[in-house]
Amino acid sequence: MKPRAFDYVRPDTLDEALTALADGGEDAKVLAGGQSLVAILNFRLAEPSVLVDINRIQELNYIKADGDMIEIGAAKTQAELQDWPELGDKAPLLAQAIPYLGHFQTRNRGTVCGSLAHADPSSELPLCLATLGGEVVLRSKLGTRTMKAADFQTGMLSTARRTDEIVVAARYPVKRPGEGFSFTEMAQRRGDFAIVAVAAMVRNGTIRLGVGGVADAPAVREWDGLEGDGIDDALNAFAWDLGGYDDIHATARYRRELVRRLGRRVIEEART
Amino acid sequence: MKQLNRSARHAIDFTLNGKPASGHAEPRMLLTDFLRNELGVTGNHVGCEHGVCGACTVTIEGRSQRACLTFAVQVDGRHVETVEGLAGLEGDLIDLQVAFRKHHALQCGYCTPGILMSTVDYLGRHPNPTEEEVRDMLSGHLCRCTGYVGMVRAILEVAQQRNAATAE
Repeated sequence: MKPRAFDYVRPDTLDEALTALADGGEDAKVLAGGQSLVAILNFRLAEPSVLVDINRIQELNYIKADGDMIEIGAAKTQAELQDWPELGDKAPLLAQAIPYLGHFQTRNRGTVCGSLAHADPSSELPLCLATLGGEVVLRSKLGTRTMKAADFQTGMLSTARRTDEIVVAARYPVKRPGEGFSFTEMAQRRGDFAIVAVAAMVRNGTIRLGVGGVADAPAVREWDGLEGDGIDDALNAFAWDLGGYDDIHATARYRRELVRRLGRRVIEEART
Repeated sequence: MKQLNRSARHAIDFTLNGKPASGHAEPRMLLTDFLRNELGVTGNHVGCEHGVCGACTVTIEGRSQRACLTFAVQVDGRHVETVEGLAGLEGDLIDLQVAFRKHHALQCGYCTPGILMSTVDYLGRHPNPTEEEVRDMLSGHLCRCTGYVGMVRAILEVAQQRNAATAE
């Protein structure tokens, strides 16, 4: 349970980090909070030749509400976002979801952007980004790209990030008047990866529901003017479209049932 | 920019339990192994080595974190606290340790140093937690002896005592 040897680079600026990453080539990896990456290294599931530690880059250490987006720099931890005084007003969905994310101790080190870059299919922050229609900002020596959540996360633990790019910021839309939100998930133990996680956003007659843990990336669907049984029918159709899979934690059938039940619950809560 | 070669051992200077400390480590050395094997700080326990069990929890810059998911080279210049830093020089226990003893919050004690470090951080920032909140914080630690009941009692009692002391 020890990582293979690697060279360690700790840049002070983003420019230095991008150069180190480009020089490191295919085998270089970005180290942020390391709450997934270091476990992977300990298991030797990954054996990078260079780690570029971005934790001390001051220009990535910020949270700001910039117009209609909240932007979170790559050095900000999940705990710092949770403690951000404006979170409850500006991003109630995140405020509800973050307590489910790992544990108190892992949130103290794990970063927001690192969670997005890792792209676990049942992870809370990518699910919120997809449900809200947020964006990811990628930087390399060649320039900056901003990608929608749906284009960024391409599958299980995989994203559209090139190996010379750093996810420098996450951008979550600010709550608009009249919008309601709710989040919940089912896990076997507190802090475990969710079997199924659901996030709802409601505005006037429009319902948007994001589901994690059933497909290999967060799935989002939007409906207009649904009421009563119509919601159950729509959730049932969504559950069957997602399909789900059997594993040691749950059957596909159980996952579909969670989509129906938890989906209904968060839609109702988001409406109140 | 710091660049450290994989096959060399690099000097690490940091603050450990309030005192200057230093040692050497290759980049791949985990903070747990550095504390235990280089510095003899064996109160830091190694459990799962992938961030799940919480036995290795220390505070870095005051925040409780997994030492098994941190490389020794990353704490260069930082403040690290381990369970060794809690009790005074004469071995007098802090209130939390006294309460753990009183409420039988440990049996084998393997998980205890990590739990104490989490709780020191947690109570510092959440001085008046509910039982549910304490249990949520403890979900980041595995204890297979106690069932957590004694820990919950101990932590709630200390929170109450500290609040009463500040109110006076």
